[in-house]
Amino acid sequence: MTTIISNQSFWAIVIMSAVTLLLRVLPFLVFGHRKTPAYISFLGKYLPYAIMGMLVVYCLKGITFTAAPYGLPELIAVALVVVLHVWKRNTLLSIICGTVCYMILLQTMM
Amino acid sequence: MKYLKVAFPKTLPVLAGYLVLGMGFGILLQVNGYGVGWALAMSLFIYAGSMQFVGISLMTAGASLVSVAVTTLMVNARHLFYGISMVDKYRGAGHKKPYLMHALTDETYSLVCTGDVPEGLQPHRYYLTISALNHTYWVMGSVLGSLVGGLLTFNTAGIDFAMTALFVTVFVEQWLTTKEHRPALIGVEASVLCLLFFGADHFLIPAMIMITIALTMKRKILEQSETFEQSATSQQQDTLTLDTKDISMFDNKEDCV
Repeated sequence: MTTIISNQSFWAIVIMSAVTLLLRVLPFLVFGHRKTPAYISFLGKYLPYAIMGMLVVYCLKGITFTAAPYGLPELIAVALVVVLHVWKRNTLLSIICGTVCYMILLQTMM
Repeated sequence: MKYLKVAFPKTLPVLAGYLVLGMGFGILLQVNGYGVGWALAMSLFIYAGSMQFVGISLMTAGASLVSVAVTTLMVNARHLFYGISMVDKYRGAGHKKPYLMHALTDETYSLVCTGDVPEGLQPHRYYLTISALNHTYWVMGSVLGSLVGGLLTFNTAGIDFAMTALFVTVFVEQWLTTKEHRPALIGVEASVLCLLFFGADHFLIPAMIMITIALTMKRKILEQSETFEQSATSQQQDTLTLDTKDISMFDNKEDCV
């Protein structure tokens, strides 16, 4: 029985690796060997701004505003990161302070 | 060594996040009966954080290989976007390119997408150093979690916020370095809208489609304001060239004398 599970899991990992790699390589395969089309260059220039916004929302998607702690740890910590970063422009400082702040809030409010 | 020295500090936030998330993954894998070899293989070859967590439940549920493939497509579709934004920056990377493409995770993308390379460094080698460091942290984290996870007594709840904080700082940094805020706003607005409409588990793909459509609709405006900014800078450059001409004329006169 263990061998069957191992086999199944082995092939699941092969598939997950292959599909992930395909998604990562595909744009380079399609656009890599010729001059980049103007539209793709345009997307390449402006997508990073939009995607970073998307990733922030993606990280905060689990917040529930209807039950304690009403997303307060996340909102306070994110606000701290934003304020600190605008003020000091020091990535490491912003991340460390934000994370410590979040851990304290989460562990004391829950 | 020079590359490590410059790249390492930039990857510190990822070190914190990946060690913790990686350990979480290793522990979960261990709890489900998969030992350290599985953790190593998955983190080396799949190397996609959220997918690996989903992968554990797929494996333990004995999901069919077709549903494994479809789920991977859905969860990781956002990587298509990373590739599209890096086509130009990774062009000409030669033998480094296959690995650069494989190692393009959310976090690596957030460090290389701006294309800022410290002065005097060869861009592709710098990107490679960042990518390899991050990959090492992820593998280390998951192997450590698999081996010693049960022994941790320190309350680490919430430490994975390091990843959120990283994305927020990159977002703010990008906001401060450009006057063009429309793409950033489109990203947030489209994602929030889709999150409300489709729910937390299914909003990424609709959000990506909406972002692409919104950016495409704004293409003319964005490119116009871009050429406006460029013409402003090129005018400055014109005056600079004039200055140099004046100087060279001056030089000639000196020669005559």
